Amino acid sequence: MSAHTSPDRPAVVVDDLRKVFGPVTAVDGASWTAAAGRVTAVLGSNGAGKTTTLECLEGLQRPDAGTVQVLGIDPWGAGPDFRARVGVMLQDGGLPNTRAAGDVLRHLSRFYTDPEPVEEVETRLGIDAFARTPVRRLSGGQRQRVALAAALVGRPDVAFLDEPTAGLDPHARLDVWEVVTDLADRGVCVVVTTHSFEEAERIAHDVVIMDSGQVVASGTLAALTVEEPLEKLFFRLTRPAGRGAR
Amino acid sequence: MSTPAAPAQRILAQTRFEATTILRNGEQFLVSIILPLMALVALTYSPFPELDEPRIDVVAPGVLALAVVSIAFTGQAIATGFDRRYGVLRLLGVTPLGRGGLIVGKTLAVLLFYLLQAAILGGVALVLGWRPALVGLLPLAITLVCGVLAFVSFALLIAGTMRAEAVLAVANLLWVVFLGLGLVIPTGELPGTVGAAAAWLPPGLLGDAARAAAIDGAWPWLAWLLLLLWGAVAALLARRSFRWSD
Repeated sequence: MSAHTSPDRPAVVVDDLRKVFGPVTAVDGASWTAAAGRVTAVLGSNGAGKTTTLECLEGLQRPDAGTVQVLGIDPWGAGPDFRARVGVMLQDGGLPNTRAAGDVLRHLSRFYTDPEPVEEVETRLGIDAFARTPVRRLSGGQRQRVALAAALVGRPDVAFLDEPTAGLDPHARLDVWEVVTDLADRGVCVVVTTHSFEEAERIAHDVVIMDSGQVVASGTLAALTVEEPLEKLFFRLTRPAGRGAR
Repeated sequence: MSTPAAPAQRILAQTRFEATTILRNGEQFLVSIILPLMALVALTYSPFPELDEPRIDVVAPGVLALAVVSIAFTGQAIATGFDRRYGVLRLLGVTPLGRGGLIVGKTLAVLLFYLLQAAILGGVALVLGWRPALVGLLPLAITLVCGVLAFVSFALLIAGTMRAEAVLAVANLLWVVFLGLGLVIPTGELPGTVGAAAAWLPPGLLGDAARAAAIDGAWPWLAWLLLLLWGAVAALLARRSFRWSD
C-alpha cells in the first residue's frame, strides 16, 4: 500500500460524476473508487464514458455535477505538486510529432525532482530500439509504448492509462501487462481503460463496467466473476435494448 | 513521493525543448529567416515602392518587424495548432509544467529564436549598408519585444480556437496581409484610408515604431502601449476561448 493513501481512503474517488457535451451526456452519475497497490480496469464499449471519466480525474475536464478526487484532491485546477504525483497516458498519445521518442521522455523527466532513469524505462518497454526515431515515424504500437513511458517517468502514485494496449502485438501487450502489474506491486494505484475482457482478467484486481455513461457493475474481479465469466457479465449488463442474445 | 522540479527549471526545460524544436523545423526556418531575407534584399534593391533614401534604413527595421510576425505569429500559431491536434498541449498540461508553464516556455523560446533571427537579418542588413541610429537601438529592441508579446498572443488566439488545418491556412494568409499593412512599408506610404487604419493595427504599429526608433532614435511610447494593449486583448480572448483539445 502506498504511503500516501490509507486503506480507508481510496486513491481515486468518483462520486455521482456527470459530464455533458452539448446534447450528449458522456458520464451520467458514475460512482466508483480505486485503491493504491491495485489495478482497476474500467471496461466499456466506445462511447461508454471511460475516457471522459479519466479526463475528469486528470484535471482535463471539469465535472458538471458530482465530484472526483485523486489522492484526496480535486484535480480541476490542482497545482504542480498534485500533477507530479499523477501519471497520465492519453489515448491519442500527446507526443510531439517532430521529436525523437527518447528526447521527449528525457524532456518530460526534467519536470520532476526524482524521475525514473529514462534509459531504464526505455529498456523495460523496448523503446531503446527506436529511441532516436522521430515520433511521427513510429508505428502505432511503438507510440503506445512511448506514451506509456511518458506516464511512468515521473514515478507516479496514481497512473491513468487510457487503453494502454490498443494496437499492440501480443508480445508488446504482454510487456505492458508486466509493467502495469509491477506498478501496482510497487504500491501505485493504476487505473486502466480497456475494451478487452482478456486484459481485464489478466491484470485487474478490480473492475468497473461502464455503459452509456453509467456504472453498471463494479467490484473485485473475483467477486464479479463468481457466477459467470466477465465477458458474459459484460454483455448481459451492456447489451443494447432490443438486441437478441449472443 | 514524486515531487515537481522547481518552476524555473520546468520552464527552462520547456523553453529549451521548444527552441530546439523550432531549430529542427525546416519550414519554420524558411518562413522565419529566408523569407524576411528575401524581402530585405528585394526591397533594398528594387526601385519600388518609393521610399526615403537610403532605402536600407527604411527596409531593415521593417524586415526585423516582419521576422517578429514570422516567428511569433505564423510559426507559433501553426506549431501550437498542431500540438493541440496531437494532444501535446493536453499531455504537457497534466505534467508539473502545466498550462501556464507551457505558455511561458513557448514565449521565451520565441524570444530566444528571435534573437538568432535578428542577429542574422541585422547582420545582413549591416553588410548591405544599414546604419541605424545608435541611440535608437534600445527603443528598437523594446519595440520588437513588445511585438513578440503581442503577436504570440494572437498566435495562441487562433491556434486555440481553430482546427489545425485552418490555423495553417489563416496564419500564412495573415502573414501576407500583415506584410501589406505597414510591417515593411511605412503606413504613410500606403493608400489613404488603408494607411490611416493600418497605423493603429498591430503590424503597422510594430513596423512604424521599429522605423521611428531605428531611423530617428525615437522612443515610441504610444505604439508600445497600443501593441501591448492589442496583445492583452488577444491574450484575454485566448484565455476565454482556448480549447486545449482539437
